Amino acid sequence: MGVTYLEKFRDPSLAKNLVAAIHKESRSPIRLMEVCGTHTMAIFRHGIRNLLPETITLLSGPGCPVCVTAQKDIDAFVAISRQPDVIVTTFGDLMRVPGSGTTLAGQKGAGADVRMVYSVFDAVTIARQNPDKQVVFCAVGFETTIPTIAAAVLMAADQGVTNFSIYAANKLTPPALTALMTTQGVSIDGFILPGHVSVITGVDGYRSVFDAHKVPSVITGFEPIDILHAVLMLVRQNESGVPALENAYARAVKPSGNPKARAVMHQVFTAGDAVWRGIGLIKNSGMKLKPEFRVFDAGTRFDLNLMDVPEPKGCACGEILMGLKTPVACALYKKACTPMTPVGPCMVSSEGACAAYYNYG
Amino acid sequence: MNGNKMNTENNNTILLDHGAGGKASHALFSKMILPLFSNDYLDREDDGAVYQVPAGRMAFSTDSYVVDPIFFNGGNIGDLAVNGTVNDISMCGANPLYISVGLIVEEGLPIKDFQKIIKSMATAAKRAGVKIVTGDTKVVPRGKADKIFINTSGVGTIFNGVNVSGSRALPGDKIILSGTMGDHGIAILTAREGLMFDGDLKTDSAPLNHMVKAILSSGCEVHVLRDPTRGGVGTTLNEIASRSGVGMTLFERDLPIKKQVSGVCELLGFDPLYIANEGKLLAIVPEKQASRVLDVIRADAFGKNAAIIGEVTDQHPGKVFMETAIGGQRLVDMLTGEQLPRIC
Repeated sequence: MGVTYLEKFRDPSLAKNLVAAIHKESRSPIRLMEVCGTHTMAIFRHGIRNLLPETITLLSGPGCPVCVTAQKDIDAFVAISRQPDVIVTTFGDLMRVPGSGTTLAGQKGAGADVRMVYSVFDAVTIARQNPDKQVVFCAVGFETTIPTIAAAVLMAADQGVTNFSIYAANKLTPPALTALMTTQGVSIDGFILPGHVSVITGVDGYRSVFDAHKVPSVITGFEPIDILHAVLMLVRQNESGVPALENAYARAVKPSGNPKARAVMHQVFTAGDAVWRGIGLIKNSGMKLKPEFRVFDAGTRFDLNLMDVPEPKGCACGEILMGLKTPVACALYKKACTPMTPVGPCMVSSEGACAAYYNYG
Repeated sequence: MNGNKMNTENNNTILLDHGAGGKASHALFSKMILPLFSNDYLDREDDGAVYQVPAGRMAFSTDSYVVDPIFFNGGNIGDLAVNGTVNDISMCGANPLYISVGLIVEEGLPIKDFQKIIKSMATAAKRAGVKIVTGDTKVVPRGKADKIFINTSGVGTIFNGVNVSGSRALPGDKIILSGTMGDHGIAILTAREGLMFDGDLKTDSAPLNHMVKAILSSGCEVHVLRDPTRGGVGTTLNEIASRSGVGMTLFERDLPIKKQVSGVCELLGFDPLYIANEGKLLAIVPEKQASRVLDVIRADAFGKNAAIIGEVTDQHPGKVFMETAIGGQRLVDMLTGEQLPRIC
């Protein structure tokens, strides 16, 4: 059997050459942040950390959608699940994330109708099949998932599925990078930019952040060769002192991204301020339904009456998401906080930095 | 509802009467179960099975099956329940002989589904060479169970001089996996979620007693035998490493995985190391006998893709590490909770 497309990007001899080049060319110590949770997982899964020289420190960024979902948003999901005649639909990762009290999984155990779906369109189908129930989709995720959520809202509007609604806690990536770069104490010598998100935003989506801060940036895919290639490019940018915004994932990411998907996204949503768990409010980093689609907003459909509850004491998720701390430096890590009993969101999501350290460390 | 339709429904679905112990129960057993399971022990229709006890040690195991959906590509809850207990007994180093079957059926299960399940249990028992010697059927009202739940228990005689246990892995041993990982879990997942993928991915549900017999009668020393069911190969090896107080190193490049399974795992964010198997075993054997055991396993109908996937070490006791395909190293921890799909 021939080598498959995927295997090419896991080729051991190619990996060896890249690792050798990184070792040879990396002189000054640099701190690189992989923004996306899927990159964090891939780096651990393929054992990339211990292949890199001591000069390179990898930091996990705010790119795990579950991790950055505000505690209050989780509380909202839980509160909705407590309403009568409601079916809450969610991606699996959200199930075990604690809000200020319980989790969706806890609510399910207590009898609430909480269903795991693989696509937001499944939620619309469930709504169509259950006309006497309110079906709410917990909308989290970045640019990768926002267009499909927008398409589902359009579909529900088109087909008159009025018992469907979403609670929009979606986030945008470039504003988070800007927030990082303007936070005191944050020191990052290079960004490994997300692959899937960039398919939508394109290279151009990062242009203004790059122009403002001139931090070496490389978009890349999720295979070991992709990641090692991006690390080598960032080493070269740092050593040469010439920062650039480069694309190492040209097989999927175009300079202009996917304008059609962005058009659908902007047809339904408009940017608004959003609270990122552990980080706080970031201007224009969230998605709000436009007035003409506000009938699909679960936040206004239900009277939730949520309280502001402070985030758990001692949890360092915020600092970890900004690259200020590593999980092992958190006082709760592996003590009060484990994947079985997560305190902070970075431990609960399979793509969270703490879970990755715990599971693969 | 008119009378005719009512009658058709009575004839086509399991009713509460079928579990009430009266005429309907008797008819269900004597017409649909006994002819298929028939053997000297069951045919007596006594309250329990009576059989001779051979000299030596015996293994006894039980398991309950609640799989959803009850029918999936390559099998159903019936053969899964028989193979599962056959394999659990086999992993004790025993030859499974007799098994019991407890059926809990939800009112309204189509009779044809019930028959199909019973038939595949009979076929599975025959294939494994075990006898179903006693059993019980209960019917519960609609909504109190999900279609059908099955418990199987069984006994077997332990082969002479055999002493296998999860606590006997020794540094230097080799770890053999009898075939590809994750087939069952992914087959169930795709059936449950209605996911459509190219390729014909079936459950690997199979009896492993003939393979175990061949291994144990080969004269080779075997330290551990385990079937990596729920939690997959990763979780099972962690349990063994911890109970034996040893470390383990796996080699990613040697792990046998079907292309369809790795494809679905990539897409949904699963790790095949944690996906359930129902027809695979892990054998941990001294290094010098590993290639012979591997040959014996590969000669079995269910062991063609067997491979040596790693080794036992005296480093990092209780932990399993993996050398990745690109030469990196990572921890393979126990599975926490359910494996959940990625969302970005």
